[in-house]
Amino acid sequence: MQISTKDIIKPENLVYTKTKLLTDTPLSYCPGCGHGTANRIVMEVLDEMGVQDKTIGIAPVGCSVLAYNFMNVDMIQAAHGRAPAVATAVKRVFPDKFVFTYQGDGDLAAIGTAETIHACNRGENITIIFVNNGIYGMTGGQMAPTTLPNMKSSTSPYGRDVEIMGHPLRITELVAQLPGTYFVSRQAVHTPAAVRKAKKAVRKAFENQKLNKGLSFVEIVSNCNSGWKMTPNDSNKWMEENMFPAYPLGDIKVPKDENI
Amino acid sequence: MKELKLMKGNEAFAEGTIRAGADAYFGYPITPQSEVLEYLMAVRPYETTGMVVLQAESEIAAINMVYGGASCGKRVLTSSSSPGISLKQEGISYLAGAELPCIILNVVRGGPGLGTIQPSQSDYFQSVKGGGHGDYKCIVLAPSSVQEMYDFPKLGFELAFKYRNPVLILSDGIIGQMMEKVYLDEPTPRWSEEEVIKNSPWATTGKVVDRERNIITSLILEASIQEKHVIKLYEKYKVIEENEIRYETFQCEDAEYLFVAYGSSARICQKAVQILREKGIKAGLLRPITLLPYPKKAINDLSKQIKSIVVVEMSMGQMVEDVMLAVECKIPVNHYGRTGGVIPSPKEVADFMMQKIKGE
Amino acid sequence: MAKIKGAIVVDVEKCKGCEVCVISCPTHVISMTKDVNGKGYHYAYMENSDACTGCTNCAIVCPDGVISVYKIKVDA
Ligand SMILES: Cc1ncc(C[n+]2csc(CCOP(=O)(O)OP(=O)(O)O)c2C)c(N)n1
Ligand code: SF4
Ligand code: SF4
Repeated sequence: MQISTKDIIKPENLVYTKTKLLTDTPLSYCPGCGHGTANRIVMEVLDEMGVQDKTIGIAPVGCSVLAYNFMNVDMIQAAHGRAPAVATAVKRVFPDKFVFTYQGDGDLAAIGTAETIHACNRGENITIIFVNNGIYGMTGGQMAPTTLPNMKSSTSPYGRDVEIMGHPLRITELVAQLPGTYFVSRQAVHTPAAVRKAKKAVRKAFENQKLNKGLSFVEIVSNCNSGWKMTPNDSNKWMEENMFPAYPLGDIKVPKDENI
Repeated sequence: MKELKLMKGNEAFAEGTIRAGADAYFGYPITPQSEVLEYLMAVRPYETTGMVVLQAESEIAAINMVYGGASCGKRVLTSSSSPGISLKQEGISYLAGAELPCIILNVVRGGPGLGTIQPSQSDYFQSVKGGGHGDYKCIVLAPSSVQEMYDFPKLGFELAFKYRNPVLILSDGIIGQMMEKVYLDEPTPRWSEEEVIKNSPWATTGKVVDRERNIITSLILEASIQEKHVIKLYEKYKVIEENEIRYETFQCEDAEYLFVAYGSSARICQKAVQILREKGIKAGLLRPITLLPYPKKAINDLSKQIKSIVVVEMSMGQMVEDVMLAVECKIPVNHYGRTGGVIPSPKEVADFMMQKIKGE
Repeated sequence: MAKIKGAIVVDVEKCKGCEVCVISCPTHVISMTKDVNGKGYHYAYMENSDACTGCTNCAIVCPDGVISVYKIKVDA
């Protein structure tokens, strides 16, 4: 029997479409940027958990500053780096809500290092989604604390000289050391398999919050094809070859009771 | 029934926040205001009213916690002293931009820099002429007694929520540290979640099906819309100016010479008025309670009967500029200031006014 | 034997032409158009629609979430 595309494209055959927890506003990210996928999996998880009415998200300063235009939940836009402090208060005054921050590497690991470490150390019962693209995307590709050695950026035009500019900061390993973090994982969203895994980690992070387990921290190593000056597919390949050795994917801290 | 208690200014403030139905306090130690956090940690309101008390990792974190709590429509506050208030300025600007109600207490110490832990009034400009970046204003209240330290959290929350605007309480090391008797009133209960949603329908309380999602932001990329937003803020400030000016006068009915002073300087001037009256000089005092909005008109009206003004501040001369603007050059305005933590005595203030009167 | 057949729908105006979906499709269904959309981007389409199995790979890597996937079982 011959079957045409038209016969397949019917509402009853739909197996995947954008979650309604993303608004219809076109994303402001550059073509191929991992931020879009990261935004989406967070919203898919919240949709699947059915907690839209109980969720408060905190957007950072960075390319995802406008996340509140895309994420169809109540949102607060925080000052640069301060999202974990904002989230701390939100969770403390509303202990029954699901509270998350969504932050870039400049936001979370440079200007906001103190807020990040102390929210983690207090074991705030929140979820932190950390998008590490090794660069300051929004302001035009300057060096970030996560920029790789010898990697070029607009403020390290000859490559990051670690003797002068310091070393890439692996803040995810750092927060994993703190007793307040319950679950720490590093993921990516550049291939279908990576997205599926990352989504599982994000789901776990929110499930932990539901169970009052403390802070869950999910890093997503991502591309910034604009900042890196590559095509999206090339940037993803470059990321696999260069970012992943420095920022290896996988769970970094898994709750003891699940470590069977 | 009112309870009477002997309290330190900072403690009275802390007790006042609990009894004003505050939902959360976020602070960081700094002299001379650490008693606020210490008192709250000792009293543990989280076990009685449910008020959150948290020692933050910095003043920056504390003000951003205030931003988070205020975004949720809760009655939240922070306190600090001058260097810490400087650190909070970006956050205060965000709070004003996003129109979030909250209270910030500044128990001022001498500056600039690390300065001194002694009392001062040198943060007037910072408080009423901006402080942070951008076109915005806070409502600024200046307590001059321990009783007002107790009363202003309640008044502050009322104003903050009425206008969706940050309220700054500009105190100083004298008021914060001294002990006086205080009348404590019946506690106001904290709002239930239903009341929060009713009182602040704009707050991030979780997007339910029957409303659009609530977004708290101060980011407006389009210049023309940003301009509209700022104009709207300034229309609000105009309404605040029309409705909320507060001040107190002392022996002004027949006064020929006027002190203008706020906070602890006003207490000193009140004594100076008595000294001068005993010498037959008809002196009076106007004490602004709101420094923003400023009682311009009251000062201008008085300037018709007054021969000259002495502005007393523990600073090199900050509020004096607003008094000069208020009197529109009609009469001389002199400034008497001590700074760096030095507190003027009533006698030296009275002598200064005498000197000015004789010099005329 | 039952056979799975799939199809995708691309929200043409929201596609940014990044081509991430193209290399993520295990059966090489997707290509980019020669035309451009209103934003000036070449957009993804099913060039080889017969090969689509409805695996959703393209849709879940699409950063802009513009792909919807449909799937049916056909009895061969
Ligand atoms: C206090 C302050 N300092 C600096 C900036 C400018 N700024 C905006 S975004 C940004 C960097 C963002 O980079 P990152 O967090 O890595 O996020 P990305 O844009 O790469 O997603 C900076 C420095 C600001 N808005 N506020
Ligand atoms: S600048 Fe980089 S991080 Fe920002 S949207 Fe573009 S690709 Fe993404
Ligand atoms: S991944 Fe999405 S945005 Fe990119 S080309 Fe494919 S359909 Fe278009």
